[in-house]
Amino acid sequence: MAEFGAFALILGLALSIAQLGLSAGARVRRSTVLAAAGEGAAFAAFLATAVAFGLLMHAFVVSDFSVANVAANSHTEKPLLYKVAGTWGSHEGSMLLWDFALTAYGAAMALFGRNLPRGLKATAVAVQGGLGSVFLAYTVFASNPFVRLVNPPVEGRSLNPLLQDPALAVHPPFLYSGYVGMSVVFSLAVAALIEGRVDAAWARWVRPWALAAWSLLTIGITLGSFWAYYELGWGGWWFWDPVENASFMPWLVATALLHSAVVTEKRGALPGWTVFLGLAAFTFSMLGAFLVRSGVLTSVHAFAVDPKRGVLLLIILGVTAGLGFALFAWRAPGLNQGGVFAPVSRESALVLNNILLAAATATVLLGTLYPLIREAMTGEAISVGPPYFNLTFMPLMAALALLLPTGPLLAWKRGDALGVSQRLWIAALVALAAGLAVYAMEDPRKAFGALGLALGAWLIAGAIAELVERTRAFRAPALESWRRLVSLPRGAWGMTLAHLGLGVFVLGATFETTWRAEAAETLPIGGALNVGAYHLVLKDVGPIEGKNYDAERAIVAATRDGHPVCVGEPERRLYLAGGQTTSEVAICNRGFSHLYIVLGERRDSASGPVWLIRAYWNPLASLIFLGPVIMALGGAISLSDRRLRIGVPRRREQPA
Amino acid sequence: MRVRASLAALAGVLCIAAASDPSERLPNPAQEARARTIFKDVRCLVCQNESIDDSQAELAHDLRQIVRQQVKAGKSDVEIKQFLTDRYGQFVLLRPSFDAGNLALWAGPFLVVGLGVVLLLGRLRNRQPEDELSEAERARLQRLSQDGRT
Repeated sequence: MAEFGAFALILGLALSIAQLGLSAGARVRRSTVLAAAGEGAAFAAFLATAVAFGLLMHAFVVSDFSVANVAANSHTEKPLLYKVAGTWGSHEGSMLLWDFALTAYGAAMALFGRNLPRGLKATAVAVQGGLGSVFLAYTVFASNPFVRLVNPPVEGRSLNPLLQDPALAVHPPFLYSGYVGMSVVFSLAVAALIEGRVDAAWARWVRPWALAAWSLLTIGITLGSFWAYYELGWGGWWFWDPVENASFMPWLVATALLHSAVVTEKRGALPGWTVFLGLAAFTFSMLGAFLVRSGVLTSVHAFAVDPKRGVLLLIILGVTAGLGFALFAWRAPGLNQGGVFAPVSRESALVLNNILLAAATATVLLGTLYPLIREAMTGEAISVGPPYFNLTFMPLMAALALLLPTGPLLAWKRGDALGVSQRLWIAALVALAAGLAVYAMEDPRKAFGALGLALGAWLIAGAIAELVERTRAFRAPALESWRRLVSLPRGAWGMTLAHLGLGVFVLGATFETTWRAEAAETLPIGGALNVGAYHLVLKDVGPIEGKNYDAERAIVAATRDGHPVCVGEPERRLYLAGGQTTSEVAICNRGFSHLYIVLGERRDSASGPVWLIRAYWNPLASLIFLGPVIMALGGAISLSDRRLRIGVPRRREQPA
Repeated sequence: MRVRASLAALAGVLCIAAASDPSERLPNPAQEARARTIFKDVRCLVCQNESIDDSQAELAHDLRQIVRQQVKAGKSDVEIKQFLTDRYGQFVLLRPSFDAGNLALWAGPFLVVGLGVVLLLGRLRNRQPEDELSEAERARLQRLSQDGRT
């Protein structure tokens, strides 16, 4: 079967090259026949790659250890979900997933791009074919997942047990469809530059792809973060680790792109900048793919590190992005500037949003790459860790959050600052009151926490104020407001939800980082420790047997003021295949807050065995993950907006 | 090679929240809290990308001991960090120092903001360029209106 997979992969490569050639030919000769053939090749390339991907998955499911990749990353005793997830658990498999997504987007563009102008579409399909050819060639020649072993082992080496987790198993498909979704935006940007026209219609074509990719990326990052939170066992959820940063940079750029594309769509302004962001989004996706695999950065979760392939990926990145930006430098000066706007206007607010997001991206990029650059230039090694990001990224984001609620309330072209402040003073008051109340009541007293909380409340209240404004609630009759509410375009709902979600996230992140409590003790059976307002008693520790691991499981009873609250059962697992231990934490949900319990190692004391028990009180921790889910939901709702489905009214021919 | 790298990564991951281990703690809670704050800024040199607050590596344990002893001896945060950088170089600090070599790192993001604002202001200043006719357009208009007259 593996030979068929390899064959399908090579077929996919050939078809992608055909897609590039045919569609480019279609553009040059303005031939509809060639264009249709190019689109057909895009479909066929997708099918071939899908077959290759399916066959690799099959090899994992049936544990075909004659395939080197399966032998290195799977095990017969592994649960089915993780056998399937093993398909993308390695360098080779994840590149195949990347190719699969890339050709799938190419086929989707051919299918859904019916209302694109012919020339633009042919060029974009050709560019997408070019991207597909490059990455498929890389997979076929440098990272083929179908390589056979001459002497297949009886048992595989298994997947890293830390990765054997539902959230992590499904997070790469989300992440990759987000990363690779930016390729469509890249192709459309290149096509627009070649055609020499970037206008409102173009921005509207770009929007659904950018939205879909952004929403998927949001979910992917959140799943990864959630996994880190409960699997790594110390309750952290973001470490400013290079690999996290690699996924965060495309997200920041895509967020900026979504906002600047609005300006281009509604007002025809900033076309050059929007195209630039379109190119940058996929460039950062490729940079991420390179950073994670090349081993140039030390990271807790850099995986499948191989410097030789890293160089190849760097060349692909350099050539692809280089061509894109060279084209930009050549063609962008000829682009129209678009509509004019006053200093106080929605355009200005969105430009400020973009400036801050660009600066935030620069922060993450510098923080990730500066140690490398400095070491290469001066030979002196430095570290850039969380304290750097707290001092640079946080103020930028605080400024962005402060500005955010005003944007949607400002009018296009010329806004009314006084009117906006009239509509937002209640939200401002709510935020201020929330901040002050928390500053006064929460123990220990922390100004930064209160500030973060006020910002979160400001975002949420601002999103609601915007909804009130749109529906004229409390001013118009209730029925009228209701009618307005239900007839709001989905795009508006999407925006409100996304902004609300950000506020929810800020609340959770602020509370969790400011007021988390930690306790750790070595306890005998019957021993107790206190964390936050909770009293924890270690009731029992016993052995259990899993499918592919042995474990110790503790039973920890939590009480508050003498009332039983919950019983946590944290585990410490020993995986038989690789001999690694992992900890399964127990999380008690208390509203949106978490009581987080970890079973540590067993020690011997004079009076018998004791266990290291760590417990954390993570206030409002659920909101950290709920917020981004609301944001992604906003993206999905916006994606279902009528104006994106129906398409752009065609320009009427000017009478001669 | 790859296996070793991933094992190292794994070992790194498993070194978790070691600093809270009760066997290491200082008896004075205020001093312990100060030590924990310092730990978060100090890199575990042999680990993948962790502070000594998180790492269970041998070296992280030793570094924590050094920091705790110095906190106990009443040294200031600055003195402790100076001691560590004298011994291990800048690499040991997770917060890069504010010096000339790191200028681009610290100033970069704010430079982007400055540049963006300058560009925005420039855009806002010359606001109505397309309302004005270019020289060629003016000539053409002239010609057209004359054509109409004859």
